[in-house]
Amino acid sequence: MSGAATVSASEAHKLVWEGSVPLLIHLHDSEVTTLPPPPPALVLAPRLGYLPLLISELKPYFSSTLPPGVDTLWFEYRGLPLKWYIPTGVLFDLLCVEPERPWNLTVHFRGYPSNLLLPCEGEDSVKWSFINSLKEAAYVTKGNCKNVMNMSQSDQVELWRSVLNGNLESYQRVSSKLKLGTFEDEYTENISAVSTASQQNSGEADAAAQVKSGRIPVRLYVWTVTEDFDDLESAPQIDNWDKVSYINRPVEIQKEDGKYFSLNDAIKSLLPEYFPGSSFDNLGDASTKQSVGDERENTCDPDSSSLPLENAEIKLVRIQGIEPCLEIPFSWVVNNLMNPEYFLHICVCLKVSEANALQ
Amino acid sequence: MDQKESVRDITPWDGTLSSSDFFSAACAFSEKWKRFNAFVPPWLWVPSRKHHLLSSHKEEGYLSLEGMCLIKSSEEQESCRSQTWKEESSISQEEEAVDNATLVCICDEVNHYDFHIVYSPSYRVPVLYFRSYHSDGQPLPFGEIEKDLPDHSAKIRSESKWTFITQEEHPYLNRPWYKLHPCGTSEWMKLLFHGDTALNKNGFVIEHYLVSWFSVIGQVVGLKIPLGMLETLSC
Repeated sequence: MSGAATVSASEAHKLVWEGSVPLLIHLHDSEVTTLPPPPPALVLAPRLGYLPLLISELKPYFSSTLPPGVDTLWFEYRGLPLKWYIPTGVLFDLLCVEPERPWNLTVHFRGYPSNLLLPCEGEDSVKWSFINSLKEAAYVTKGNCKNVMNMSQSDQVELWRSVLNGNLESYQRVSSKLKLGTFEDEYTENISAVSTASQQNSGEADAAAQVKSGRIPVRLYVWTVTEDFDDLESAPQIDNWDKVSYINRPVEIQKEDGKYFSLNDAIKSLLPEYFPGSSFDNLGDASTKQSVGDERENTCDPDSSSLPLENAEIKLVRIQGIEPCLEIPFSWVVNNLMNPEYFLHICVCLKVSEANALQ
Repeated sequence: MDQKESVRDITPWDGTLSSSDFFSAACAFSEKWKRFNAFVPPWLWVPSRKHHLLSSHKEEGYLSLEGMCLIKSSEEQESCRSQTWKEESSISQEEEAVDNATLVCICDEVNHYDFHIVYSPSYRVPVLYFRSYHSDGQPLPFGEIEKDLPDHSAKIRSESKWTFITQEEHPYLNRPWYKLHPCGTSEWMKLLFHGDTALNKNGFVIEHYLVSWFSVIGQVVGLKIPLGMLETLSC
């Protein structure tokens, strides 16, 4: 058992769990009924948490000025209503390309845009969404959600509480019973083998990062630009959710001898339309590669015309607020940077030609 | 590739589909639906927006059946309430045929439904999404939708721990839709095909997957599958 490997894994988890985004939250003008208007609230929001959970912190700041009515909490950033079931850190990484600290958000307690946003009835809705994602992650990893469905009541409560309170120890105690870590054992085992053996043989280092075949729960948030931007300030603003392509698709790992699967490989495998030829072969999808050549025979759409595929360029990748080197093993990224519901959330900016840009 | 094919033959089928198989299944389903359902709108394949120019990936998208109108009969008792689905365009033709008194009644009682069949890469099965709205475009609250659902729907949903309706964001459209939760689908799809691995050959499963799937799912929302389509399942 390698002491070095274990310490660095838990350090990374600690940093992720302690990660937070400072928010400066302004009450929307239409809901201010007193003069002077209340000052904005400065709140430290956990990255792994969700915006509606901040209501208990926010309400005291604004309750005396709100118009009469029932509270229906929602947030917006520069006019864009925020999807409450996306973890706070992911929203920040995605929407605030040039990180704004504190991040200026507007809060509403009235007038919920139910044609745009899923209804949210406070903590229960967030908890349901979290557990649902956890079940999905379990299904992706194991082919069924039995381990989550069979959790004892007290374990479920403790799991959710640990997420609410950002308590990593408590979380690890309960979540380890679910046995959902695909890579954990293999990676740390192999690393410890390498660290005790000679470090000089780079071939061994490659073999150490091998992973078994399997599926990894990933949520990719992709936005496109058509021009290079020199600095983040000049990156275009995402002012519409239609400009973000949300890809909720597992990464499929195939064991490759002597080669490790990098973060770059993982991202490209999820975007075959932009990175053709990057997908590993997949059982049952063997027919896809043939159909690429036979596209004119697509009987569902006889009018399809084939345009040359282009290779896009990855401009920016953000996970838990960091921009990792794309060549690092994907297994490390998953083990250390995933969210408590076992999904890895990745924000990606692609540079593409005009024709292929997301509107 | 040969090795993979023989592995596929031996491994018991788990009730799931790959994404490209879903596309094939969708084509087969929509074609059969057109053949057996002359008076109902067709299921259309909608390629996901971002791929509209990258034709080799037209496979990514979903099946759409929109503009279905549910006309509630004027029967007072719930047990006599019958469900009649009509295409939106045929309703306007009917409006011209009836007298003014009945016209008002029909307009009030028409709920519009859109149905999408979307592939879930996580569960590797199709998922039914739907939304409902009044003639003026106002979305229906779930309480009203429940009244529209056939009586046996509630029974199916309460008996099967797998089949329940939730509200979630549509995977492509950035709007809240209702969906039938997919986590038990592979289990009962396996049962429908009797877990028969021999059926994997010659793409039989793929060709008939959505017909079988829809014969179950349709019941939850009151969409019937014509007998002729079901008969194509027997071999």
